[in-house]
Amino acid sequence: MTGALLSVARRDLLLARRRRVEALLPLGFFIIAAGLFPIGVGPEPQTLRVIAPGVVWVCALLAAMLSVTQMFASDHQDGSLEQMLLAPQSLITVVLGKVVAHWLSSGVPLVLMAPVIGVLFDMRAGSIGTLVITLLLGTPILSLMGSVGAALTLGLRSGAALVFLLVLPLTIPALIFGTGAVGAVDSGLSAQAHLSLLGALLIATLLGAPLATAAALRISMD
Amino acid sequence: MSRVAIGRSGSIRPVAQRPGLTLAAWRAAQPRTPLSASSDPSASVDVATIPGSSGPLAAQGLGCRRGRRLLFSGLDMRLEPGSITWLRGTNGSGKTSLMRILAGLSHAAEGEITWGAQPLRRAGPEAMQQIIYVGHANALKEDLTLAESVAFLGVLGGLDEPLGRARRALDHLGLASRADAPVRTLSQGQRRRGALARLALDDAPRTWILDEPYDALDAASCALLTRMIEGNAARRGAVLLTSHQVVSLAGAREFDLEPWRRA
Repeated sequence: MTGALLSVARRDLLLARRRRVEALLPLGFFIIAAGLFPIGVGPEPQTLRVIAPGVVWVCALLAAMLSVTQMFASDHQDGSLEQMLLAPQSLITVVLGKVVAHWLSSGVPLVLMAPVIGVLFDMRAGSIGTLVITLLLGTPILSLMGSVGAALTLGLRSGAALVFLLVLPLTIPALIFGTGAVGAVDSGLSAQAHLSLLGALLIATLLGAPLATAAALRISMD
Repeated sequence: MSRVAIGRSGSIRPVAQRPGLTLAAWRAAQPRTPLSASSDPSASVDVATIPGSSGPLAAQGLGCRRGRRLLFSGLDMRLEPGSITWLRGTNGSGKTSLMRILAGLSHAAEGEITWGAQPLRRAGPEAMQQIIYVGHANALKEDLTLAESVAFLGVLGGLDEPLGRARRALDHLGLASRADAPVRTLSQGQRRRGALARLALDDAPRTWILDEPYDALDAASCALLTRMIEGNAARRGAVLLTSHQVVSLAGAREFDLEPWRRA
């Protein structure tokens, strides 16, 4: 099982590396969208520090959705998805492999870029650290939930827009706990409760989302 | 072994036998059985059917609905080990739909697909490993090399040492020199051959479901594919295929969708 998971993940990462520009688009979106806020809101350090966690999280959400819509699109187009559905390997394993590859190629760059955005917003070192931890826990949730949306809207003409509408409301809990953790650290409290809830959310999504994605793929391909 | 010519005219004729018989008369002489051509003794000479066996992949009372249209219903089919079945029907008669249902991709509106004695859906990974479906799409990735693409299909099929197998299979199909070229640089015919290379990944007898496998192939590749199909049948695998092209397959049986059509 792990063998199939790793080979699917390795193949998708290889594909991302061959299409580097496409793979880096969400990161570019993340940087530019977050960079617009200081210009729009004004360069007041106090204001920026307050809105920073929310801005980083919302931009990360949108950037993740931007790339997740393509998770199954090309495999659907060239027939690879049919073969994945027919494979003796369980479809859940294949889905997990694709989610892992998506997180590594688009989630991790967001996590790595977050401290830079934090500095741009004049965040304190402690807050930046917490922000990175919340994104580390939160971006896999986005990839997992996005995979469900991508599978459900497979082959639809306005599928990408539908993924945004379907999945973004579901990510609200992650957004609340993610920004809440940074807010708690800012006001001198412990972020542990928020981080625990975020971790619990990740575990629940990890258990449920691949099943839902596999079922949605079977329905979409019928 | 008798050779049967599958012609563009859409008939299966035992070559050099029944010389005076017209096609219409020959057809009229055939009793209507679920597998119409299986009753032709000359075509099933080398098909060693197991008496009383239910056959590995079989369909009972199959019906397919596309939108509101019922394409066919009550269809019975059995892919015996060692048989080659040529699926016939006009455009839109449901050939691809039937193949997708048999492969396990689509749900049938009615009826059941069985693998041996149990329903295909519950037959598990062993059955899925035995069935290879090659559809219209080639399932190759534009940005991967041909060898990488075919190797990944091998991984999905649960084969060990996929890259070595892929290279040998591509060599078998005359694509050794293109094995390391990205798929997007290949011609349509080369891509089709690459897609068919997965049939040559190993020698195990399997059930092949091939949707227009002869599409875009040149004459030499067509002959090679014919040999591969006959080879799989000789190993007691089963082959179901559609084709609009003139191909000659030893021991092929005809299965016409027409009697089951509803739309």
